[in-house]
Order: sequence, then structure tokens, then C-alpha cells
Amino acid sequence: MSYIAKPIARHPKLKRNALGLTHRDYEGAMSTLCAGCGHDSITAALIEACCEIDLPPHRIAKISGIGCSSKAPTYFIKQAHGFNSVHGRMPSVATGANLANRDLIYLGVSGDGDTASIGLGQFAHAVRRKLNMVYIVMNNGCYGLTKGQFSATNDRASPSKKGAPNPFDPIDLCQLAITLGAGFVARSFSGDKAQLKPLIKAAIHYNGFALLDVISPCVTFNNHAASTKGYEYVRAHNEALDRVDFVPLENEIRAELAAGETRDVLLHDGSTLRLNRLDADHDPEDADSALTAIRSRAARGEVATGLLYLDPAEQDLHATLGTTARPLNAMPMSELCPGADKLAAINAKFQ
Amino acid sequence: MMQKAEMARTVDAFSPARSRDGTPPTDTSDPQYFHKVVDCQYACPAHTPVPEYIRLIAQRRYADAYMLNWESNVFPGILGRVCDRPCEPACRRGRIEEKPVAICRLKRVAADNKGDVTERLPRVPFQKNGKRVALLGAGPASLTVARDLLPLGYHCVLFEKDPVGGGLMRSNIPAFRLPAKVLDEEVDLIYGLGVEKRFGEAVTSLKAVIDEGFDAVFVGTGAPKGKDLNVPGRAEADANVHIGIDFLTSVAFEHVDSIGKRVVVIGGGNTAMDCCRTALRLGAEKVMVTVRSPRKDMKASDWEIEDAEREGVPVLDNHNPAEFLVENGRLVGVRFDKMRAEYGADGRRKLIPTGESVVIECDDVLMAIGQDNAFPWIERDIGVEFDEWGMPAVDRTTFASTRPGVFFGGDAAWGPENIIWAVAHGHQAAISIDKHCRGEPITERPAPGANLVSQKMGIHEWSYSNDYDNGRRVPVPHADQVTALRNIKVEVELGYDEVLALKEAERCLNCDVQTVFEQPKCIECDACVDICPVDCITFTDNAPEPELRQMLRTPAENLEQPLYVSSDLPTGRVMVKDEDVCLHCGLCAERCPTGAWDMSKFMYVERQAAPVCQRHLDAYLD
Ligand SMILES: Cc1cc2nc3c(=O)[nH]c(=O)nc-3n(C[C@H](O)[C@H](O)[C@H](O)COP(=O)(O)OP(=O)(O)OC[C@H]3O[C@@H](n4cnc5c(N)ncnc54)[C@H](O)[C@@H]3O)c2cc1C
Ligand SMILES: Cc1ncc(C[n+]2csc(CCOP(=O)(O)OP(=O)(O)O)c2C)c(N)n1
Ligand code: SF4
Ligand code: SF4
Ligand code: SF4
Ligand SMILES: [Mg+2]
Repeated sequence: MSYIAKPIARHPKLKRNALGLTHRDYEGAMSTLCAGCGHDSITAALIEACCEIDLPPHRIAKISGIGCSSKAPTYFIKQAHGFNSVHGRMPSVATGANLANRDLIYLGVSGDGDTASIGLGQFAHAVRRKLNMVYIVMNNGCYGLTKGQFSATNDRASPSKKGAPNPFDPIDLCQLAITLGAGFVARSFSGDKAQLKPLIKAAIHYNGFALLDVISPCVTFNNHAASTKGYEYVRAHNEALDRVDFVPLENEIRAELAAGETRDVLLHDGSTLRLNRLDADHDPEDADSALTAIRSRAARGEVATGLLYLDPAEQDLHATLGTTARPLNAMPMSELCPGADKLAAINAKFQ
Repeated sequence: MMQKAEMARTVDAFSPARSRDGTPPTDTSDPQYFHKVVDCQYACPAHTPVPEYIRLIAQRRYADAYMLNWESNVFPGILGRVCDRPCEPACRRGRIEEKPVAICRLKRVAADNKGDVTERLPRVPFQKNGKRVALLGAGPASLTVARDLLPLGYHCVLFEKDPVGGGLMRSNIPAFRLPAKVLDEEVDLIYGLGVEKRFGEAVTSLKAVIDEGFDAVFVGTGAPKGKDLNVPGRAEADANVHIGIDFLTSVAFEHVDSIGKRVVVIGGGNTAMDCCRTALRLGAEKVMVTVRSPRKDMKASDWEIEDAEREGVPVLDNHNPAEFLVENGRLVGVRFDKMRAEYGADGRRKLIPTGESVVIECDDVLMAIGQDNAFPWIERDIGVEFDEWGMPAVDRTTFASTRPGVFFGGDAAWGPENIIWAVAHGHQAAISIDKHCRGEPITERPAPGANLVSQKMGIHEWSYSNDYDNGRRVPVPHADQVTALRNIKVEVELGYDEVLALKEAERCLNCDVQTVFEQPKCIECDACVDICPVDCITFTDNAPEPELRQMLRTPAENLEQPLYVSSDLPTGRVMVKDEDVCLHCGLCAERCPTGAWDMSKFMYVERQAAPVCQRHLDAYLD
């Protein structure tokens, strides 16, 4: 952390988006995380991505659990709605909020402890229900906030800073999410904004459950030479399966890329996801292929990154439940609460 | 003396081929790299360490602040009021919000509050070295040479045609901008170092001076001839048409104390502004300034124009004087042709008459259209060469003329400039004179002193105020206008009081506290990139500089500002910092987990002839 606030002075030639805002207008409070924490870089990527796709800051809801990662929403888009909930309970709060107001964009921010330990059950059900949200795990292989204990995503081969061995195999959240039916599953690295930013943009535009598992080194507890979640290791073992470009609705799509290598996926809302495949054997629209690609890399000690799996069907919970198209806060009281007669009629059906 | 930050490491053998045609790593061991980042100091002809003295003011160490100034620029009290301040347009703050730090007015604060600094000055008498130097003209250029040479034991003889010294600072800069007391104090201080004064008599022959057997002669006689305008009626109107600088001199020496009720000033430079404001104080009721060109091309500094307008003087632009109108042998007005500016494809301006003309009635005209050099008293057969326009051939570095032992400086060298340039010339000429007298080659110049010292005090603590202050430029309070216009000796600007000064001082960005990058420590975590409030830092593939400038987070379009480029990082990329609008807030260094960035104070001192005149400055080196 720093003692001074980030100066309000900004570069006089900063780019403005369609709303007339600069990326500095998407900032939050000054981060209190450790200097060099990967979480801050993910925060910066979120700031830039949201600015670049012209999101109105007040149409965003940031929801998190507990952990250094879960503190991060304070550090971006201060005009957005926010709910810093209970450890592992971000998915329930996000579900409730989303059902009440489907018009907001839900950014769930969690950690590997928050998601893969205490919150694993909540996570699984949010995925299974295909909640329309972006679920970001800032994954550092440890509980940063409580001084670096192993988390459930830490690799077996990766000892603690003091050398204690890790006896358990990791939970791979991407594999889990694919198995549970997530529509959009990607892995990235806090130190690679070029890869991360387009993935964030695409995940936001995806209608359904989008998981971003972002490896995010904990400089204080898990960035030592033997760690598999440190900057050096991830840089050396990062295998991108593809490069994603996000092409918003308004932008004309260029069609000059070589066939076979590049695939354009038209998203539900009219924007396009351009996939530049680097691994010919990996078909991101096929769950088995995606799982194989991830596992084969993991077996070699490599980390598969990029857009791992994408279900172009884009199904979300509201469609499944057939809920009303209008957010609850936009409904007149007479519709929200139709009265005792209606209630009696409903109750009668269950008798 | 430079503590190299191991920056200029050679590119590793394994680094990708692209870096070979990329921009080479910045060589920060060259003191000019960091010097240029200190925009104000770099722009100051005397390279005054501006941020350092502003910090001293912020600590209320006024005498210390004064001495750093005195050692660099000799006349802090004077310059704190009337300097042309090339530092201010250069100030980085002006590129971040619109107004630069009031550097000049802060200098005045140091001078106003310094107290007694006698103990800190070089002590007289000095051990004489037996050499004699003639200094012609007692303006700031010669006075600077005297200050630099006296402590080395030179016997300096100051020749001046006027009965008092100070040059144009005395005879032309009006007392309402520069009170005599302030001028006297700093000029007397140099006299106090032991000058021999030969005042009240013009030098009429350089040969005669040389024949007196001086070891060296410095010509600092300025550009004393005001330009005239030959248009119809000039001769007939002569009694009421005055050359601006001669008029100001007559007022300064109290030979003139009145002027007509309606006065027209011709010319758009600073002299015109002093003329109109002086006329007001001599009782003129209607004064206007007329200038041939469009207003935006006027030579006068913006603040001088503002001051004149504030006192009720209108500026009429595009007015080209065509005729002095005389009736019954007396000036009654001036006829002007209205002009229009046209700019050619090459950007060159042409003034074209619109066909319209106007008459402005007046009783007196003050002509302020420029100054010329005049050296009728320098014989053309004594080895001092002149060009076809009558200007001496002077070396830009050594200030030597074509005759060994004869040097020029100040306005005498290349025409009218300003005080701070005269001082800078004086320092360099003194070095040359000293070397000449010692029989050393004058072309070998002393290297500047420089050093770089970390300002880190703790994890989030720096020895300077790194927090960005969002305050706007603090206006300087003025004397009541009615009183000021009634008395020519009342100083218009009151200067900052302590409260205002401390407020203004906080606006300084401390550009001398440099961001120093140590490539081997960087783990490329992006923390510095993310935190930088002004998007200065980019990690990118390397490329030739023009391309690289376009590849940054915000394109580096200010080509006057350098890029700081690292050697190749482990990912094959380089760190590029655009120095342009860096706030020197230190957040990059605070957020860097490995200490790859540090905030280090860079001191830069240009060497003068006499080390004893740089004791305070020297203390900052090593
Ligand atoms: C009206 C006016 C206002 C100005 N305002 C400012 C300002 O606000 N800020 C600023 O920085 N600059 C200002 N300047 C410019 C500044 O005053 C000069 O650039 C500066 O004084 C030049 O210094 P110098 O030592 O070269 O010569 P000068 O100051 O011109 O001194 C030369 C001296 O030599 C003497 N001399 C000349 N010929 C002889 C001779 N033959 N024998 C003996 N003595 C001789 C002269 O009497 C004079 O005293 C102003 C100039 C004018 C005309
Ligand atoms: C119910 C509950 N149990 C335990 C804790 C203690 N606790 C706080 S944060 C945390 C782990 C956070 O780890 P992670 O989600 O990975 O976040 P990180 O700090 O690593 O970013 C734990 C166990 C708690 N706050 N609440
Ligand atoms: S403890 Fe680790 S995870 Fe938490 S802020 Fe520090 S570096 Fe980041
Ligand atoms: S000091 Fe560092 S963080 Fe601050 S503006 Fe300059 S480069 Fe950016
Ligand atoms: S914060 Fe430090 S280690 Fe991280 S990228 Fe910047 S200089 Fe490198
Ligand atoms: Mg964690």
C-alpha cells in the first residue's frame, strides 16, 4: 500500500471512450494490497477493459467474498454497485442480485481460497445454474489475507515459502467449471494484460456463466523460486492455446485472416469473439477437447491459458426459469405484490 | 561523481533479434539526460537548481534558498522580480494543468526573507594574483564577471559611462518593477568584493583601454541604441517623439518628470510596456500601445502585457505607423495603416495593409521598436573582427572575440537578450578570462558536477513531498492601483507572504527527484504501470524511437521530451518511460515489489571560475 492517494492529475492526452470517460474514471480507492500483488494488475485490466468497451460505470455490480482478492472491487469503478459479502458466499449474493435485476453487469471477484475451499459448493451451483455473470478468481495458490496457507488450487509440487511440502493435488477450477456446465471458461495470467483484457471483454459480453481463472502471484507468500504460482514459473510455463480478440458490435469485422487458424464466434449480443488458435488439436467448442488440452498441459507442468471452452449456445438462468424481463425495481408495486387474492390462488394450487 | 545506476548494460546475447534495431537503452550516466528532465533548471541559462531552492523555501530555509540562487544567478532579489523567466514556460506543471509554478516569484520570497547572509559570502580581502581585467559597462554581464573573478585575486576595473552601475537594470527597468533598494543591495554586494570603479566617463577607445596593459578585457556595454522610425513628419515632430529607452533612462535619472496628456507608444515588446506604464505615472491621462503585428505575435511577455492592461492601457494591434501629423510645428497625432497578417505555406508571416487608415491624436510618442548594438569606440584595426551588420565575431562557447584577451558578453555579444542570459554569459566569460590569464586553452571547459542520491526514507517515506498538490497557481498580490499610479517608485507587486509562498511551493513537482530504473531487479509485474497516474510507463517490444513513441500507453507526442528506455528484460521487452508529464510522485517506486524503481535526487552544477562562489552548490555534490 501507499500512504499518498493516487494523484488526480492525469495525462492530458488520455484516450476517451464513447461515454467521454478515460480509464482513470473507472478507478476505485487506492489499493491497500502489497506492492506487486497480481490482484492489482487484474484490477487494472478490469479498469481498462470496462473503459474500452464503454460500460457505464453505474450499470456494473461488483460482488465479492473475503480475501485480498475479494478486497479488490474497492479498487476499481468506484461508481459501480458493490457488495463485499461473506467468505465463500459471493455466488449466493450474486444470484440474488442477478435475479432481482438482470440489467446490471455482474462482476464476481473471488480468490482461490474463497472459491475452491469454503465457497466450493456455492461456486458449483452458480456454474450449474448458468448464472449470467463474470466470475473472476484471482488465483495465487494460497490464502494471502491470512498469511499464505496453501489453498486448494496450489499444485502438489509447489511447497510453501518456508519449504513445507503440499500433500494434496490441486482443484483445477477450469476443469471443474467445464464439467459442471459453464458456458465460457478461460484461464489467464495477471502479468499478461494483452491476453487478459480481451478475455474480460468477451466474458462480459457472454450471456451465461463465464469463469476467468486468473493466476495472480502473491508476492508476499507465494512468489518464491519453487512456487508454481510465481511470476517466473508462470512466465516460463505459460502455454496459450489461443489468442482472443474481442470485436464489439459497431466495429467492422476484417476478414483477411488465414482460414483454419482463426475462427469468429458471433455472440448473442452481436459482438464477435475472434479466436486465433495456436493449438490445432484444441477445439474450444468441444468440452472433451478442452479438458484434454488442460490435462495434457498440467501433466507436463505447463499451464494452459486462453479461452479454453466456449459454449456458443449461451444459456442463462433467467431463460431457464422464465423470469420476467423487467428488473424488480422497475416494476410497479401492483405487479410486484399482486395482493392477497393472488397469493391465495397460488397457495390453493399446492393444496 | 555520477553514481551510475548500472543502466547502460549491454544487450544480452540471448535477447531477441528485434532489439537490435530497437531504441538503444538510455545512458543515464550522461548527466545531461537527467538534467534535461529538470525542465526549469535545464531552461535556465544559469542552470539554477530550481526544485532544490523551492524545497528550501518550503522548509522556510530562506537564506539557504537565497544562496543557491546567488551562487547560480548572482541577482536573486532582482531576478525574483524582473527575470524573463525562461524556466516557467518550460515548467512541467504547465503541461499537466495550464499554469507553471511561479518559480520567479518564489525566488523573490527567498530574497525578501533571507536576513543577513554576509557570513555566507566569499570573505574579502582576497589574495591578489597580480592580474588586471577591464570590464566595460557596469551591467549584469560585467558585474557577473567581476563576482566570479574577484575571489580568484583578479584586480577588476569596471568602466561605466553613467555615474552609477547596474546597466539597463538601473537605467531602463522602472522602479515600480524593480526598486532601487533591491538593485543597490545586490550590486553593492559585488562592489564589496573589491571592484575598482571608473564611473561617469564613456569608453571612447578600446585600444586605449588595452594600452593600459590589462591582461584581459571584457566588453559588456550592452545594446545601447534605441531604433528610430523614418516616416513622414518624423523630423518635424522631433520635439515630441522620444526613443523609448532614452526616455526611460531620463526618467530613471530624474531628468524627465512629466509628459503630455495623450501618449502613443509604438512597439509591442517589453520596452513598450515599461514606456506606457511609466507615462501613466508621469501624469499622462490617455496612453495606448500600438503594434504592427497581430497581438499573438507581440514580443512582450504575456504577464507584462497583462500588467499594462490592468493599469488601463489598451493594446491596438495591426497598426503600422505611417505618418507623424504636425500642426503649427507641433505633433498632433499619428496616422496608422491598418494591417492584416497572412501566413504563407512555409509559415512565414506577411503583413499586408488593409487599405484602411486611422489617426490617433496625441501629444507625445514613445518609440519602443528595438535596440541596436553600437561600437563606434572599437577601432576596426586592432584585431577585433565585426560582421557586415557591425556585430562582433564572438565564440558561442568561450565568448572570445577574434583578438586574444578580448571577450564579449551580455547584450553586447549578440544583441538584446535579458538579465539571466547576461549572467550566464558572464560566468562563461569569467572561465575563459581566468584560463586566458593562466595560459590554459580556453576551449577546454570544466565538466559539470552531478550526482544522484536515493531519497528513500522508509517503505512509503521519501525525503521530499511526493504527494501531488492539486492547487492552482497563486496570484501575486498587488499594491493599490491608485497609489501605485501616483508614485513611480511604488513597487506594484507586493510579493508572496509566507502563507502564499508555502502554498505555491507545494505545486512544484520536484522534477529533480528522478525515477531511476534498475533493469536487473524488475520482475515485470506491471505494478508501476498500473499505479502511474499519468500513464508514463509501458512495457513493450522494442522498436526504433519514432515507432516506439507511438506504441506507448499514451503516445509520446512531445518530441522535446526524452524516452527512458531500459535494456532488454527477461521477456524480451523493454521498459519505456515517457518523461513528458511524470509527476515525480514516486508511486512507481512505492508499488514496485523489488525496488527496481527508486526516486533519486539529481544535482547538477555547472562549474564557474571561482569555487568559493559555489560553496553551497558544491555541498550538494558527493
Ligand atoms: C526597457 C527595458 C526593460 C527591460 N526589462 C527587462 C526585464 O524585466 N527582465 C530582464 O531580464 N531583462 C530586461 N531587459 C533587458 C536587460 O535589461 C538587458 O538584457 C541586460 O541588462 C543586459 O545586460 P548587459 O550587462 O549586457 O548590458 P546593460 O545592462 O545594457 O549594461 C551595459 C552598460 O554599459 C554601459 N555602456 C555602454 N556603452 C558604454 C561605453 N562606451 N563606455 C562605458 N560604459 C558604456 C551602459 O551605460 C550600461 O550601464 C530590459 C531592457 C529594456 C530596455
Ligand atoms: C467464514 C470464514 N472463515 C475463515 C476466514 C478467514 N479467511 C479470511 S481470508 C481467507 C482465505 C482467503 O484466500 P483467497 O480467497 O485465496 O484470497 P487471497 O487473500 O489469497 O486473495 C480465510 C480463510 C473468514 N474470514 N471467514
Ligand atoms: S498477501 Fe499476497 S495476495 Fe494479499 S495483497 Fe499481499 S501479495 Fe497480494
Ligand atoms: S513518479 Fe512514477 S508513478 Fe509518479 S508520475 Fe512519474 S512515473 Fe508515474
Ligand atoms: S513494479 Fe517494479 S518489478 Fe514490477 S514491473 Fe514495475 S519496475 Fe518491474
Ligand atoms: Mg488466494
